[in-house]
Amino acid sequence: MSSPVIGISFGNTSSSIAYINPKNDVDVIANPDGERAIPSVLSYVGEDEYHGGQALQQLVRNPTNTIINFRDFIGLPFDQCDISRCANSAPAVEIDGKVGFVIAKGEGKEEKLTVDEVVSRHLNRLKLAAEDYIGQKVNQAVLTVPTNFTTEQKDALSTAADKVGLKIVQFINEPSAALLAHIEQFPSEKDCNVVVADFGGVRSDAAVFAIRGGIFTILATAHDNTLGGDNLDAELIEYFAKDFQTKTKTNPRKNARSLAKLRINSIVTKKTLSNATTATISIDSLADGFDYHTSINRMRYELVASKVFGKFGEFINSTIKKANLDPLDIDAVLLAGGVSFSPKLATNLEYTLPESVEILGPSNANASNYPNELAASGAALQARLVADYDEDELKEALQPIIVNTLHLQKPIGLVDSEGNFVPILLAETSYPVQKKITLKKASGDLLIGVYEGDSTIEERTVDPAEKKANEEADEDESEWSDEDDEPEVIREKKYTLSTKLMELGIKGVKSGLELVFNINKDGKLTVSARDLKTNQVVKGEL
Amino acid sequence: MFSLPTLTSDITVSVNDSAKLTEAIRRPIEPVGKHFMHHAQRTLRNHTWSEFERIQAERNVQTVDESNVDPDELLFDQELADESLLSHDARDWKTADLYAAMGLSKLRFKATENQIIKAHRKQVVKYHPDKQSAAGVGLEQDAFFKIIQKAFETLTDSTKRQQYDSCDFVADVEPPKKGSKYDFFEAWAPVFQSEARFSKKSPVPQLGDANSSKKDVEQFYSFWHRFDSWRTFEFLDEDVPDDSSNRDHKRYIERKNKAARDKKKTADNARLVKLVERAMSEDPRIKAFKEEEKKEKERKKWEREAGSRAEAEAKAKAEAEAKAKAELEAASQASAKADKKKQKEAAKAAKKKNKRAIRNSPKEAGYFGDADKAATIDEQVGLIVDSLDDDQLVDVAGKIKAGSVKETFQEIAGTLKDSGKLPASLLSYFI
Repeated sequence: MSSPVIGISFGNTSSSIAYINPKNDVDVIANPDGERAIPSVLSYVGEDEYHGGQALQQLVRNPTNTIINFRDFIGLPFDQCDISRCANSAPAVEIDGKVGFVIAKGEGKEEKLTVDEVVSRHLNRLKLAAEDYIGQKVNQAVLTVPTNFTTEQKDALSTAADKVGLKIVQFINEPSAALLAHIEQFPSEKDCNVVVADFGGVRSDAAVFAIRGGIFTILATAHDNTLGGDNLDAELIEYFAKDFQTKTKTNPRKNARSLAKLRINSIVTKKTLSNATTATISIDSLADGFDYHTSINRMRYELVASKVFGKFGEFINSTIKKANLDPLDIDAVLLAGGVSFSPKLATNLEYTLPESVEILGPSNANASNYPNELAASGAALQARLVADYDEDELKEALQPIIVNTLHLQKPIGLVDSEGNFVPILLAETSYPVQKKITLKKASGDLLIGVYEGDSTIEERTVDPAEKKANEEADEDESEWSDEDDEPEVIREKKYTLSTKLMELGIKGVKSGLELVFNINKDGKLTVSARDLKTNQVVKGEL
Repeated sequence: MFSLPTLTSDITVSVNDSAKLTEAIRRPIEPVGKHFMHHAQRTLRNHTWSEFERIQAERNVQTVDESNVDPDELLFDQELADESLLSHDARDWKTADLYAAMGLSKLRFKATENQIIKAHRKQVVKYHPDKQSAAGVGLEQDAFFKIIQKAFETLTDSTKRQQYDSCDFVADVEPPKKGSKYDFFEAWAPVFQSEARFSKKSPVPQLGDANSSKKDVEQFYSFWHRFDSWRTFEFLDEDVPDDSSNRDHKRYIERKNKAARDKKKTADNARLVKLVERAMSEDPRIKAFKEEEKKEKERKKWEREAGSRAEAEAKAKAEAEAKAKAELEAASQASAKADKKKQKEAAKAAKKKNKRAIRNSPKEAGYFGDADKAATIDEQVGLIVDSLDDDQLVDVAGKIKAGSVKETFQEIAGTLKDSGKLPASLLSYFI
């Protein structure tokens, strides 16, 4: 058997690897320490190299030799990198115009590592973990990257991977991978618009997708390099630090080591609070020999971090706006990344977005329980798919002429018996496309009116005054209804008929009608109706 | 689902030719998922939707067709591999060859779960007591059928199967006899292949052939030296009595079984170690590598010593040169010495000659006319000659030769007297 192609999601904070096991399921691979979300951290003590969680522990004792948050630096010139992310770890320095790290090797020796080298080593560790788990050599992978990665950055990643014997067969966008994994797990034939929001440790990305016939199109993307799980940690650290200061009159923020201890424990507490309603934090000798022990409940945590949670909501809303869509156009928000474990994130979004928007977070039964593994799973699924193709075929498939397709700007649909517009092909449908719908109950002589539609957001104001008038008649004046005085605004998405494209008439339908909408690559629309019983076909072309 | 409006006017197709779709926008679609791959295939090959559907359908049919001819059937035994199984006691099923009973004697440990199920069905159809009785065999003679059932039970349970496979000595391949002649690779490859089934790790490296690289060979042996085997010997356990009446006895048997198992496992490990050792010692490649290494070492030594060798040569050369030089010098010194001696002798002789010439000069000059004073002159000339130094001697001899004998003597006598070498009284004749 040829060696499997694995999927790697390589993040700033943590990375995951996945492959399709012989039972045809997605397996997210745990490293030898049992971590499925493997921290993207490398640490050096003398001649030894630590990776993952073990390296993360070194942040307290050995921060200057511990490299974190290095993913975004690859392939970028030094002056474009935000090196403040490495303030609490091995400082980023300039080596050959790129970001690099200087690692003490003991006995006064130093080693200079460029970010490419660091990435190589990290990927090598991931590769070894995968090989260890699968029991086979691995030399091909599908790697996920953020949507704003440049070609140079991808090339640099590819070279770094090649160096450790890992060939990157395809780069795919992180949100697409997450969406692919979600769709695979919860298949749905429905065409919809989905926002994939990936809240990572140090950055947040969101992308608005149009899913049409299983094909994904990105309508807009947004990135925020300053928003992420670290902000939540920072709020929690600040809260604990204040608490500690009032209890002991010592400031743990002055000491880098105390701060590092506090940070590690705050992260653990934050993760615990995603699953439990209370968590305890206890740190021996946090500062000046004082121990710190306290418990915090979820409510307090959510209050402390409410500002940051609010930012996440705003971020998603701004992305939707960027895509020139209304929140009502969105059918679902898929949460990915580690922050998505926080229940508050989902409830917050439910609150800010219309009810029609489904929030696909870990608390939703129709979504994965492991939002941080979505990207890796998606990469693995894509890996299985491309494993069946040879290199040339894949290269051809990724040509711009195939990838760049035309997209409808307005929905195309039918008029139903009440004269309303029923969209069949939604806006942003890429074509060539074919869509079949079957109307099982259709019978008699029928008119098929094909129109282009317009979608509008209709605002309807429900005036509570009438209600009040009714109430008054029955009861006494109620004083508590102050807030009800404000008129309630109900927003709804409506379709209206626009241009008539064609009309088809079909007679004597007994039981069922199949309609096929087809747009070829030149934009020629063909609608055909077939009587399921008699196979009589009526066809119109535009 | 929505319903369509009823047809009011008599139209079949009426296309609004003037209508145009709103201008489309070109956007990249995400190259992920099977739908994209299908899109790519359609676009690349210029298939229409219906063509594409047909191709997909054909592909599906093909896979179904292929599976109609079961490749597994060919791997099963057509006839019972061991006829004696038919008369095997069902109570002693553990001693029977279960794979042979299932008709899997060719596949043995390689048989997949599916193949086992298929083979079992085949055997059951053939050996079910009902079938057998139809063929005239008594209904109670169902021992072989029981064995088949036991075999199925054992082989479909992964733990039990592992235990059985561990003790399936029929599948073991014996190493070639020592001392006999055999081709190393032909003889040993099946041995390692059969041992490989017990590996916890996969893939197991292959023995390879004479042209395998050194790295591969080393990897092969290091793998086998560190072989992690799952082989267990539970299958050979003595049956533990299941009645609870005698607990002590039961425990005793259990202990005994455990000890026996451990012993067998140790013995098996030792056997494997010995096997690998032997293979390694016989491996012509290892020998070749050692030889090569030795040669390489020698070559390296030769190279390493090249420096000192050159040094020694240079030293010998320098020594020889020095010696030659010394010899040459000695010779020249000796000749110089001889020359000096000759010169000295010559000078001496010249001196003597000069002295004689000076002494004899008065006589030859006839004693300057004073023959009576000859004795005095001779005596005084003798004194003069004795007190003259070398330069003066040559000077005087030259002057005497020139002719003016007396004047010369007078002059020199004066000089000698002035310098105080001789008192005037002794030179009375010349002063």
